[in-house]
Amino acid sequence: MDGTGHRIAALTAREAGLVGCQHCTRVSPMGTRTCTRCGGSLESRDRTSMQRVWAWWLVGLMAYIPANLYPMLLTRTVGQVQDATIVGGVIELAHHGAYGVAGIVFFASVIIPVGKFIAIAYLATIVRRPHGHKPGQLLHLYEVVEWIGRWSMIDVFVVAILAALVQFNLLATINPGVAAVCFALSVVFTMLAAMSFDSRRIWDQIRQTSDESPA
Amino acid sequence: MAPSEDLVCCPVCDALHEIHGVTDGKRLRCVRCNTVIAVDRPEAIVRIVVLASTSLVLMFIVIFFPFLELRNGVFDSRASVFETAMAFNRGVMAPLAIAVTLFVIVLPVSRLVCFIWALGPLSFDRPPLPGAAFTLRLAETLRPWAMAEIFMIGVAVALVKLGDLATLAMGPAFWSFAAIVFITALQDTQLSKYSIWTALDTASRR
Repeated sequence: MDGTGHRIAALTAREAGLVGCQHCTRVSPMGTRTCTRCGGSLESRDRTSMQRVWAWWLVGLMAYIPANLYPMLLTRTVGQVQDATIVGGVIELAHHGAYGVAGIVFFASVIIPVGKFIAIAYLATIVRRPHGHKPGQLLHLYEVVEWIGRWSMIDVFVVAILAALVQFNLLATINPGVAAVCFALSVVFTMLAAMSFDSRRIWDQIRQTSDESPA
Repeated sequence: MAPSEDLVCCPVCDALHEIHGVTDGKRLRCVRCNTVIAVDRPEAIVRIVVLASTSLVLMFIVIFFPFLELRNGVFDSRASVFETAMAFNRGVMAPLAIAVTLFVIVLPVSRLVCFIWALGPLSFDRPPLPGAAFTLRLAETLRPWAMAEIFMIGVAVALVKLGDLATLAMGPAFWSFAAIVFITALQDTQLSKYSIWTALDTASRR
């Protein structure tokens, strides 16, 4: 226990018997369902948050597996059919000498998704019980995960652009593979998982820890 | 504790703050998580509306003009964003066509329209239009799903992949897309939930 709970002890809307609106920052008496200012739904702490995080996380992972096994791009050049998976496409780019672009694609479609699965699972596990982690760092992790998730879509868009441009009948045709759909779904599901996470819970357990500890 | 207009909660960590007006150009950060809660820039509303209108005009160019042109001796192919989205519209790939259309065209455009609807009248000192609160909330919800800037990076990657296959030329849409991405980033820096909602409140009371 690193005692941060005491230093950052701030009165929350919940403790003051109020419920704060995450859309417009207005506070209302506890028990209010819709915000009087913006009409958004109010909930002091999202009770179903963890269930939804894990549900989206799981379907995201389920979609991510076929996304890596099946081909992303189907290239037809004069009678030859070539298919490339996500990682295959990266290797191909590297062979062309485009290391920078290969790096971007690798980062967006391998590192980010895998990192996201780990980070979301880590956050969702840790805030359940009282924990001694610095909330500032957890929030940073959460914000990075939430912000970076959408960038995984790069590869899906690349496939879309290639498929739209390269349609020269017999000479060369590029078509999207099944993995493109799976990957897009996986990105959407993990984005939903990250959004379902209630960031206010990061501090709740910290507070409880400091209350329990004799200090 | 009784709720009042001076009491504000941090949307990220729920800490309560008491705000008695924000001094010009100052940023108010949450004491606990350091999130920016309020920024006082009286011109922010006008800026958001102007930037959103500019993006909307550019968006029209983006959707219907070609953004990439591919030349390979005899063959010539060009694609507009609209065509790109439609490239998937066969069989299993249909959901992908819908997703790309949503992420790159529909959602960014809706977000701009929402901003103009909710904040447009405010910049002319008029009372807000009906449903302003709803559209403003919608604009905020749509934020992560509008992926125009990610599409731009996708274009760059596609350029490299096709580099040795054919000669590529950027169409007019490419440049206006680049402008939109820049403008959207600028617009998002003007946003502060507290300040915008307070402005909308004040305008409704007039």
